[in-house]
Amino acid sequence: MNLRVENNILYVQTDMDKFSVPELKSQFMRLKKSGDLEGISVIDLEAVNLIDSAGVALLDSFQQALEEDAKLLLTRGAQPKIRSLIDTFSTTKIKFAPIPKPQGFWESAGEATVNFYTKMVAALTLASEIFYYSFVGLFTPKSKRKGSLTQQAFLLGSQALPIVALLSFIIGFILSLQSGVQLKNFGAGIFLADLLSITMVREMGPLITSIIVAGRSGSAIASEIATMQVTEELDALRMMALHPIKFIVVPKFHAITIVMPILVMFSIIVGQIGGAIIALGMLDISMESFISRSVNILALKDIIISFAKSIWFAWVIVIVGSFYGFEVKGGAEGVGKATTSAVVTSIFAVIVFDAIFSLLYL
Amino acid sequence: MSNIKPVIRVKDLVAKYGELTVLEGISVDIMPNEITVILGASGCGKTTLLKNILRLYEPFAGSVEFWGENVLDMNEKEFDDVLKKTGMLFQGGALLNSISIYENVSIPLEMHTNLDRDLMDKVIRVKLNLVGLEDAAHRLPAELSGGMRKRAALARAMALDPEILFFDEPSAGLDPITSEALDSLILTLKKQLNMTFLIVTHELASIHRIADKIIFLDGGEMLFYGTLEEAGKAGIAQMDHFFEVGRF
Ligand SMILES: Nc1ncnc2c1ncn2[C@@H]1O[C@H](COP(=O)(O)OP(=O)(O)O)[C@@H](O)[C@H]1O
Ligand SMILES: [Mg+2]
Repeated sequence: MNLRVENNILYVQTDMDKFSVPELKSQFMRLKKSGDLEGISVIDLEAVNLIDSAGVALLDSFQQALEEDAKLLLTRGAQPKIRSLIDTFSTTKIKFAPIPKPQGFWESAGEATVNFYTKMVAALTLASEIFYYSFVGLFTPKSKRKGSLTQQAFLLGSQALPIVALLSFIIGFILSLQSGVQLKNFGAGIFLADLLSITMVREMGPLITSIIVAGRSGSAIASEIATMQVTEELDALRMMALHPIKFIVVPKFHAITIVMPILVMFSIIVGQIGGAIIALGMLDISMESFISRSVNILALKDIIISFAKSIWFAWVIVIVGSFYGFEVKGGAEGVGKATTSAVVTSIFAVIVFDAIFSLLYL
Repeated sequence: MSNIKPVIRVKDLVAKYGELTVLEGISVDIMPNEITVILGASGCGKTTLLKNILRLYEPFAGSVEFWGENVLDMNEKEFDDVLKKTGMLFQGGALLNSISIYENVSIPLEMHTNLDRDLMDKVIRVKLNLVGLEDAAHRLPAELSGGMRKRAALARAMALDPEILFFDEPSAGLDPITSEALDSLILTLKKQLNMTFLIVTHELASIHRIADKIIFLDGGEMLFYGTLEEAGKAGIAQMDHFFEVGRF
């Protein structure tokens, strides 16, 4: 047999000229009839040393015969002189594909590791650049545009505020409702204030806020930078002797560093209000004792952790967002992908860091 | 003639995207106050050549000199000073979309000069005037036509009075009249401001109007560098074909 089928590839193992073509054709028809050609998407020509117009015509007829089953029929492995003959004589515009190297388990595992490693290195490099320029930017006002910081801060804050408020209220309310019922059973209702205060300050406030900011601002950062990459605006900035990180990322970095703690504080207060409704309505705690217990239970350490977390999470969001923005490939659809990856990764990273914080500073 | 120094000297430049080699061993001198046009089929690496010369992508190998200094050895700060004397007009304009074209033109001035508001305003107006956009100053890029956007981008590229301008397909997507107007603007700038140009274009009409020198790229190599006249006599099949097909 001069035709062989293996792994959905049809191998041609003889020269294809006007003398061998009739035999090849009848073999092909037999294979087709027996159903062996189903799912074929590639014709391999590596073993073909000679082809003429009759051979190409045969390839064309293979193409047409197979096309109903396989839309994307490729030819691969052909030597250059054979390719150019096919290019000249083919009427069906035969497409060529390179022969893929076989990839073993260790190779693909190795490749994945290397990919992950290079990505991490790139992300960390970007992070260090962002930190560096943000720090330097504090002392060189000229590297920023006037008004960009206030504008960014306002945008960030005002976008996130309503939804942070709403969610914090609901979460404060639910947490109190659930724990209030339990505490009441033990006659320990008064401890609700302590419980909620610690939870909101140390965990829920920073976490809720970060997740919302990641969804709103992290995605906005990624899509803005990705769009600028795709439309060559980043190159244009570079041509103006401006540094994209300094010009685009640093104002956002400064803005988020200022705004995030404010949002978190806000989230904590609103969460407490949600809790107060349960405390006052269900557990008959007085307003004064709720407030005083909430405040007294907090140590300075708790507040510092809360702030540290919120700032750290904020930085994670900016860094992840810009990383995916700068890394974008392809056109408009690349922007969408970058945005999605940025949101998913930053929420993931925030939760992981939250766990680390909680373990380190119990 | 021979003691004129090139503004840009590219030597044995190799450009790659990852594994893909796009340009191989490009060597060329860009002479002052000349318009050099880069020709070649779509995807042959014209944009890549511009971007590698400007280090928007780092060249894989070779050297690029601006005014006699190898820019590939420069750190970012030093190269910034080269960029300030160089402007580029991108294929799609690449204006910052969230701010007006007036502000777009003002960015390089704000960031790199200490001009006061009044002087800066005058400079911006002059540049917008030059490209005929004084009335559209406060419009957003999205509110402009393609031709206006390109002219706005030119005004921005001109903001710091560069000595060299790079253009990536300035006439792509423009009607012949607008394209002709852009060409005469380029010729004016060349004559009156002694500027040097490196321009990627497909348009034969435009090439005949403006080109002093031609670079012809094919298959990752530079097949020809010389004047339009020499190009006709060079007998390079691919290039003859290019001129033949483009004629109408
Ligand atoms: N960012 C990139 N990453 C990978 N390949 C690219 C990139 N930009 C361009 N290419 C490839 O490099 C080749 C040359 O592209 P380009 O310089 O844009 O061509 P031209 O401007 O002459 O049309 C093309 O094959 C293109 O697909
Ligand atoms: Mg191009």
